Amino acid sequence: MTVTPLGIPRRLLEFTIDGEPVRTPEGSTILDACRAAGKDVPTLCEGDTLRPKNACRVCVVEVEGSRTLVPACSRKAEPGMEVRTDTERARHSRKIVLELLASSVDLSTTPQVAGWIKEYEAKPDRFGPDAARLNEEPKVDNDLYVRDYDKCILCYKCVDACGDQWQNSFAISVAGRGFDARIAVEHDAPLTDSACVYCGNCIEVCPTGALSFKSEFDMRAADTWDESAQTETTTVCAYCGVGCNLTLHVQDNEIVKVTSPHDNPVTHGNLCIKGRFGYQHVQNRD
Amino acid sequence: MRKRQPKNYTRLTTPLVRDSRDEPFRPATWEEALTRAAEGLARNRGAFGMFSCARATNEMNYVAQKFARVVMGTNNVDSCNRTCHAPSVAGLSAAFGSGGGTSSYEEIEHTDVIVMWGSNARFAHPIFFQHVLKGIRNGARMYAVDPRRTSTAEWAESWMGLNVGTDIPMAHAIGREIIHAGLANEAFIERATSGYEEYKALVEPWTLSLAEKVTGVPAAAIKELAHAYARAERAQLCWTLGITEHHNGTDNVRALINLSLLTGHVGRYGSGLQPLRGQNNVQGGGDMGAIPNRLPGFQDILDPDTRLKFESAWDTVIQPHYGLNLTEMFEAMEEGELKAVYCIGENPAQSEADSEQAVRRMRQLDFLVVQDIFLTKTAELADVVLPATAGWAETEGTTTNSERRVQRVRRAVTPPGEAREDIDIICEMAARLGHEWKYADSEAVWNELRSVSPDHYGMTYERLEHHQGIQWPCPSTDQLEPTYLHGRLWEKDPSMRGMAAPFGLVQHDPPVDLTDEQFPIRLTTGRRLDSYNTGVQSGSFASPLRRGEYVEISPEDAERYGVVVGEEVQVSSRRGVVVAPVWVDTALRPGLAFMTMHFPDEVDTNQLTIEANCPIAGTAEFKASAIRIEKLPVATIVR
Amino acid sequence: MDLHFGDSKPTDDERAAVDALLGPPESSWEGADRSDADLRWARGGREARDRRDLLLPGLHAINDRIGWISEGALDYLCRRLTVPPSEAYGVATFYAMFSVKPRPATVLHVCTDLACAAAGASELCAGIEASLGPGVHVERSPCLGLCERAPAALAIKAGDPVRTAVAAPATVHDAVLAASAPDSAPEEPSAAMAVPQAGDPALVLLRRIGVVDPSSLDDYRAHGGYTALRRAFELGPAGVIREVTDSGLVGRGGAAFPTGRKWQATASQPDHPHYLVCNADESEPGTFKDRVLMEGDPYALVESMTIAAYATGAHKGYLYLRGEYPRALARLEHALAQARARGFLGDDILGQGYAFDIEIRRGAGAYICGEETALFNSIEGYRGEPRSKPPFPVEKGLFGKPTVENNVETLVNVLPILTMGAPAYAAIGTQRSTGPKLFCVSGSVERPGIYELPFGATLGELLELAGVRDGLRAVLLGGAAGGFVRPDETGIPLTFEGTREAGTTLGSGVVMAFDDTVPLPRLLLRIAEFFRDESCGQCVPCRVGTVRQEEALHRIVERTGAAASDDIALLREVGRAMRDASICGLGQTAWNAVESAIDRLGAYE
Repeated sequence: MTVTPLGIPRRLLEFTIDGEPVRTPEGSTILDACRAAGKDVPTLCEGDTLRPKNACRVCVVEVEGSRTLVPACSRKAEPGMEVRTDTERARHSRKIVLELLASSVDLSTTPQVAGWIKEYEAKPDRFGPDAARLNEEPKVDNDLYVRDYDKCILCYKCVDACGDQWQNSFAISVAGRGFDARIAVEHDAPLTDSACVYCGNCIEVCPTGALSFKSEFDMRAADTWDESAQTETTTVCAYCGVGCNLTLHVQDNEIVKVTSPHDNPVTHGNLCIKGRFGYQHVQNRD
Repeated sequence: MRKRQPKNYTRLTTPLVRDSRDEPFRPATWEEALTRAAEGLARNRGAFGMFSCARATNEMNYVAQKFARVVMGTNNVDSCNRTCHAPSVAGLSAAFGSGGGTSSYEEIEHTDVIVMWGSNARFAHPIFFQHVLKGIRNGARMYAVDPRRTSTAEWAESWMGLNVGTDIPMAHAIGREIIHAGLANEAFIERATSGYEEYKALVEPWTLSLAEKVTGVPAAAIKELAHAYARAERAQLCWTLGITEHHNGTDNVRALINLSLLTGHVGRYGSGLQPLRGQNNVQGGGDMGAIPNRLPGFQDILDPDTRLKFESAWDTVIQPHYGLNLTEMFEAMEEGELKAVYCIGENPAQSEADSEQAVRRMRQLDFLVVQDIFLTKTAELADVVLPATAGWAETEGTTTNSERRVQRVRRAVTPPGEAREDIDIICEMAARLGHEWKYADSEAVWNELRSVSPDHYGMTYERLEHHQGIQWPCPSTDQLEPTYLHGRLWEKDPSMRGMAAPFGLVQHDPPVDLTDEQFPIRLTTGRRLDSYNTGVQSGSFASPLRRGEYVEISPEDAERYGVVVGEEVQVSSRRGVVVAPVWVDTALRPGLAFMTMHFPDEVDTNQLTIEANCPIAGTAEFKASAIRIEKLPVATIVR
Repeated sequence: MDLHFGDSKPTDDERAAVDALLGPPESSWEGADRSDADLRWARGGREARDRRDLLLPGLHAINDRIGWISEGALDYLCRRLTVPPSEAYGVATFYAMFSVKPRPATVLHVCTDLACAAAGASELCAGIEASLGPGVHVERSPCLGLCERAPAALAIKAGDPVRTAVAAPATVHDAVLAASAPDSAPEEPSAAMAVPQAGDPALVLLRRIGVVDPSSLDDYRAHGGYTALRRAFELGPAGVIREVTDSGLVGRGGAAFPTGRKWQATASQPDHPHYLVCNADESEPGTFKDRVLMEGDPYALVESMTIAAYATGAHKGYLYLRGEYPRALARLEHALAQARARGFLGDDILGQGYAFDIEIRRGAGAYICGEETALFNSIEGYRGEPRSKPPFPVEKGLFGKPTVENNVETLVNVLPILTMGAPAYAAIGTQRSTGPKLFCVSGSVERPGIYELPFGATLGELLELAGVRDGLRAVLLGGAAGGFVRPDETGIPLTFEGTREAGTTLGSGVVMAFDDTVPLPRLLLRIAEFFRDESCGQCVPCRVGTVRQEEALHRIVERTGAAASDDIALLREVGRAMRDASICGLGQTAWNAVESAIDRLGAYE
């Protein structure tokens, strides 16, 4: 007897990336195939636990026969496709996307982006000092987490995680349109008047630090946040019997943040308020 | 919003002792505390009980039960699973010979019908509910049976608001309807069950209209659920404490299991029974033998071969009879037959039904040693208090979740002060009582367990790490078993099929605490999303959702009593009286009230609940008490 | 769903507006009074969640009645439809016609877009604001689709029923009258006034406009109506598709995709149901042909939608109508009711056993909803954001089902194809652009309006027909997403291939003439503002790119030569990335017109 139903085996399809033949299971995205082939394609809005939204467009690649560039994160690989990841055209769009983002959003806590800006020779300053920015103040309306929308690239990941893909609480949505679009609770109310259940699954997927634990926000403000001095240990939540895996981020013997492994069969990276934030009792040491 | 001054517990950092119960605690050295504790236990040998901890690791539970059985020579070992899911274990083992939930979380994503019965998993088991939501998004239809229209119920195709304590009439009526509609899976019944004819006769009186009368749920709704469940190709039946926390909890569980036997919704991928466990290791605690009737690996104490195996492994003699369960131990305190208790990480002074009675009984003990991370209300009653580590963040080991998945817990932070790991402390105590146990680390404990428990044999620490946990049974070190239990019931070959699953012939028995003119309101209890049990753990973080304890009533009752949200009222039951502010919840109907036990320091809800216990599993009827609500000040009538 | 609602309650009017659309609530869980039965059994689940597509009609219902959408009203609507309030808020704030902040019951939309700007819209606005009291909210609007009568204003007065009035060409006096007393404002001129060729027997698509009574089904039938549908039933679905394929008809919305291929692809999808969607969200600045067709010959659209649905195996059609088209809405609602009453819609059309009906869905002020997948999201009750393609609509379209989506003009071409036969139709126009084409001519011409010419006529011939005025500086083809050509390029043949070869586009058929009095940089800035305002915000190149484009054009509005060259280089780089990397056509084309003005017209030189 099988352990779990295996489903129908996926066929392999063949195509080329940068001229090299690759084989990838049917249903994979170009990005999956690029990663398997060791090609470095930058991504921001892509999330390993979420359906691709392809909103940031930093992962665009050239596909032979396509009028426009295509997002590697969402486009499914097709047999015979000719994909080029590093052409001048693709690099140009990535550079501009990085410039547009960096000139309007605070990317100071976005991992990897500084490296890409250097690699693609992006110059966000060239839009001048008057270039419109988001200009948002951090929203500190509860003691658990902070929404600093000045750092928001509108990747929709928090909305998707809060919505039908995971949490189904629908506390937040994108409101408004265009450059004025913001992640918001209904009627722009504070979180405390919303459907938010403080699971923090939005923080888990936020790629820029726009959503962060209050502990991290405060430590960054006090300049004591030091990721190099932190350990990450995965253990099991001490509350109900579901058995969620927690990764405790510890600095100076204090838990400063809790995440969950995205490939964990129990959580898929998601937790509830108790698992994510209910650790304080352990460190009520005096 | 009212001002609250929540009680915040601080970690214990040194052992505490006192010479008499009238004196305050004083800090002591480990040497002194352990010596006193060992003496206290030694002088009560033969009248000893162990409260093990459903919160701590499997390894700790293994060592704790071994301490009771080997060092103290008794099977009086139990844990708080008694207060929640013991009926599930009892019911499932009676039907299938094994006490675990039969399915895994992933399967609920790939099923057709989900029944959530007496379970507000949206609040109590949020991440399990995410799997349910995946199932719903994949097209499954969910049905909810619950007196309240909870958040869970709001996701249902159909919610049925039955009267508290009428689960058996509901289940029997569903069973009868399935049989009468010709939807029973006769091939499965014939092949894998026993007692069907008796069951059929048993449920025959439970027509839909009688069930409507007793449960309050329209016959059409019951019929719809019956047909949906029976006609589904795959179906999952999940329950929580709404089923088990009754004086006849095990009967309730059996009544639900009957439905799965009737339809063949067990033993297949996507079809099964899923009791949701309330605490991180309540499953593992039992699996490790920290219960009075089973040895590690859920092996029956009454089986001589099993005993022999353990006796030779442990070099001891095991009492050939069941020990006392938690409920019986409390009764034995009253009788003076149980004089010393070693309580690890439990807080029965606040978690037991009729908490006042529980405290009174513990005060009668000759000796109480409490090992915990906080000075809980229970610890305050002790003679010796030993500071322990937080299992989940400060020690290495494993826990077992509701889908029988054994997972590693790891040490992430250093424990405060002189706090020590549970296993170390127990071993020190054992040594002082003449048993030198040497465990290099938790893995050594685990490997000892593996050697005596076939269901865990294949789970090396290395494999647990690699697979992100493994579900039992796992008898082999190089193979994994199916994610669901009891596939054997579907075997063609009768010899592979094993014991037929018996239908449970259980009768309706309404809640013990009857409502009447004096106590007209039915109080039921449950959990809130951001809080947990007695609040010792969850009270410390700044939840924006937390508003403290309230007595929640329907808008109609609020109007009837002329009370508004936030107004304090007197709530009385036949056992106790508390004062609590009012919350109005539209999920409640007139005559039904709801409270939690999360804030016992503010409102001690368990002063109201009734200690009417399930005779099989010993779980109390937390879900059904009769109360009266009075506007303050309460007028006293002078006769 | 365990939705969270605040404490705000709807007013009686708000509740009545929602209940008028949805019927009274069935249980206390939906907002009725509590009953014992509700407290024992509640239905929910799939059925409750399946009503999401009524969100946009619900928002309209509230906005029409009250003029804005309050917290209490939104919450009530959400409760009725089992929609999370945050998502409903996201939807409500997506559309320009809705407000979630209090505002007066009357809103006066004054068009400040290209044709109207050239006709003095900014002075008009200033005048209106000076003479109107606080009881009217003035909204500067993108193109209202009234370019033949620029400048234009549209007044919407909330109430029961909502009242509207159009002032075009608008004077300050007319506009103020329309806003303050919409009921007594003068009747709009008939649709035929927008068709200078009206009555010409050579017309094919416009032949009934000004000839038939648009409210009369019988009059429509007396003028050849429903002969095409009868022919369709004779041919059978496959036969219809063959005719349409052989006719060479391509989509008139701008993308020029072969209609027959689209229909075939939809018809052959195994997944069911199939849907038909008519895209009547005509919002490209300078375009008003669909409005004229719907106002002047509404049954033609009903008939052609019926044929398209029959051919592709759909039994339900949605007509997504631009929110700013009140008269087209009234005409179509009437036409649908008549058609239903006479058995031209319903369970058994013409006794052929074929069932089909049409539901009108109103847009609410979002250019992006003209993009087919954004339109689907809008109908479904989500924000009108485009989806990524593939999968294409023929496979997964509306509600995730195979969907054929066609523009109004495309659909009405099906009638002559079936009545005259594919070969005769294909003989009209050129080899590769067959049939007649409608052009929306506005701006600096004597006779602005809709013109029908066979494909192949030159730009010069069209301008001649419309009476182009002296001093022509530039012609904008295809609207804001199109491109400018010079006065010396009037020889360009107005075909898809001809414009493509000339390095420009036909787009939706906009031909907007500008004389040398119009300051080109201002025009370009208005185009950039339009795209900034209309970007949905989903993808970075468009969301931020349109802002950077507008900023740069703002900087160089008074500059030329070297002083502008850095910003022009910047524009080119950003424009290239918008074209290459945006999700949908909006971002991909947002730089087209500006680029063409720089390259073709030598703007900023």
